[in-house]
Amino acid sequence: MTTALKLSNINKRYGDVSALLDINLEVNDGEFFSLLGPSGSGKTTCLKVIAGFEIPDTGEINLFGEDVSSIPPFNRDVNTVFQDYALFPHMNVKDNIAYSLKIKKIPKIEQEHLIEEILLTVKLHGYEQRKPSELSGGQRQRVALARSLINKPKVLLLDEPLGALDLKLREQMQIELKNLQRQFQITFIYVTHDQQEAMSMSDRIAIFNEGKIEQIDTPNNIYNKPKTAFVADFIGTTSIILKSNALKYFHYESSFSLRPEFIFINSDQNHDFNIEAQISDVQYQGSFYKILFKTNELELTSFFYPKTNQILDLTLGTKCKLSWDKKNITNLNE
Amino acid sequence: MSNFSNYLFKNKHLLLLFFLLPPLLWLSIIYLGSLLVFLFHSFFYLDGFTGKIVYKISLNTIIELFSSAANIDILIRTTILAAFVSIGAAIIGFPIAYYMAKFTSPKMKIFFYLAIMLPLWSSYLVRVYSWKLILAKEGILNWFFSKLHATWILDFILSMPVIGGPSLSISYLGMFLVFTYIWLPFMILPIHASLERVPNSLINASYDLGASKRQTFYKVILPLALPGIAAGSIFTFSLTLGDYIIPYIIGTSKFFIGQAVYTHQGVAGNIPLAAAFSLVPIAIMTIYIYVAKKLGAFNAL
Repeated sequence: MTTALKLSNINKRYGDVSALLDINLEVNDGEFFSLLGPSGSGKTTCLKVIAGFEIPDTGEINLFGEDVSSIPPFNRDVNTVFQDYALFPHMNVKDNIAYSLKIKKIPKIEQEHLIEEILLTVKLHGYEQRKPSELSGGQRQRVALARSLINKPKVLLLDEPLGALDLKLREQMQIELKNLQRQFQITFIYVTHDQQEAMSMSDRIAIFNEGKIEQIDTPNNIYNKPKTAFVADFIGTTSIILKSNALKYFHYESSFSLRPEFIFINSDQNHDFNIEAQISDVQYQGSFYKILFKTNELELTSFFYPKTNQILDLTLGTKCKLSWDKKNITNLNE
Repeated sequence: MSNFSNYLFKNKHLLLLFFLLPPLLWLSIIYLGSLLVFLFHSFFYLDGFTGKIVYKISLNTIIELFSSAANIDILIRTTILAAFVSIGAAIIGFPIAYYMAKFTSPKMKIFFYLAIMLPLWSSYLVRVYSWKLILAKEGILNWFFSKLHATWILDFILSMPVIGGPSLSISYLGMFLVFTYIWLPFMILPIHASLERVPNSLINASYDLGASKRQTFYKVILPLALPGIAAGSIFTFSLTLGDYIIPYIIGTSKFFIGQAVYTHQGVAGNIPLAAAFSLVPIAIMTIYIYVAKKLGAFNAL
């Protein structure tokens, strides 16, 4: 498998703040790779470093085996879909899309052909003469995509491209993006703070926290085998039991993370871990209840599905027996 | 009382009228009204025999204005100077505005604002007179050139036809310099405002799509700054068309529109001709804005 992008020892500081701290990652050709993290975690800076808008203090950026660290953005074979779309307001849809073709001085006839083709791909046929201000958010998004894809870049960088869209449109665009990526077989590097989005679309995810990469793995491994407490906590819902409490209550030698779906409530079978706790909060989620349990020092979150035969008194303060098995917990590094 | 405020809340137009009526009256009667009355005088004419204004509508004065070669000279001279001043101010103002909008820290920006506005707080006359001293034959500029043993450059420039003259302080070139200096803030501020609204992501997007810095400038930055340049040039152009102090202090003996209006109105008492002269800048500005709009200068607004 070819390596599309390789970042080695990238560091970037703004004054006293480390925006990127010793970033190392490799992205395979044709992969859908997400940079996921809370705001200010360095994921967008990382994308700007790859695009060439930010020059890292140290480190090397390698695109298909070529060191591009000192190559300006206009000569890098990557394209970016910006968070605010960055469509040129004084040009219509067609001129926006044709921008890079005109720069490259591609013959007019070929331009027309390429524009026709890409407009059909992003379903914007008939909108050629519209100005960006006359388009909806979703349509602008498509123009931005078309403008980048028409270059057939080796790597497409997407900076929270769906952030400004409403939920329904976002879900629809997620599917379309994924289809486009399969169709064009381009490497996507996708920045998002939405874990659901990253989990459902990506081949692999890099989790960013305070300028560092916490873990690079498949969505499945990120969820089921988080390496650090941050990752376990950031992805999905989890209960984290620190080492001191694990020793005190369960005689267990390590901190661990426990997903809510693995906690049995009032189970009469034998399990490796057992504890009694009180219901401290109940959140209705539609198909299930999210229940927060508390003991003196521990907080545990579990899901309760009312459709099962089990009957549960959801009054706050009700005491329940919680239990789970060793095979379902993930040990965390301190 | 609360009933009255409820009533006003429901009838927003009434509230609006209540607030807008005084400024509207001011604008329409005192400002536009008097201007129109004055301009309308250009349709009256001066009786050559008695020297009194004849209040009959005719085109006599307008014809008088355009039939005299000296008057046409004044109009052309003023318009060309105003055009050069606008271009000069745009060329000097753009880089300053661009630097302010894209590269300064918030603190530096305040410094720049002050530096640009500060001259406007001092007397216009003082600034024009100090330029007279700078440009004069015994002035600092001459001294500077002589210290550099480069007086010949200055002499060469002054020996050029039309723009030259006996000294910079009595030449078209000197007028151009002073006008450009005086109106520069009115060019920088609108350009800055238009550039400020160009997000950096647009510039990055242009690089990203393969455009060099030069291409990005011509294809993205300049078109988006055009409304600002147009607005700035409307200021510099119209202010130059109407000014009479700088031509008096710096200029040669050749008249400009402002001076013509001043003399005809004050000295000669020929208010109709003064009014006719004032119509010209208005007409030129109308044509200018129309052409600028047709050329798409305001498309990016």
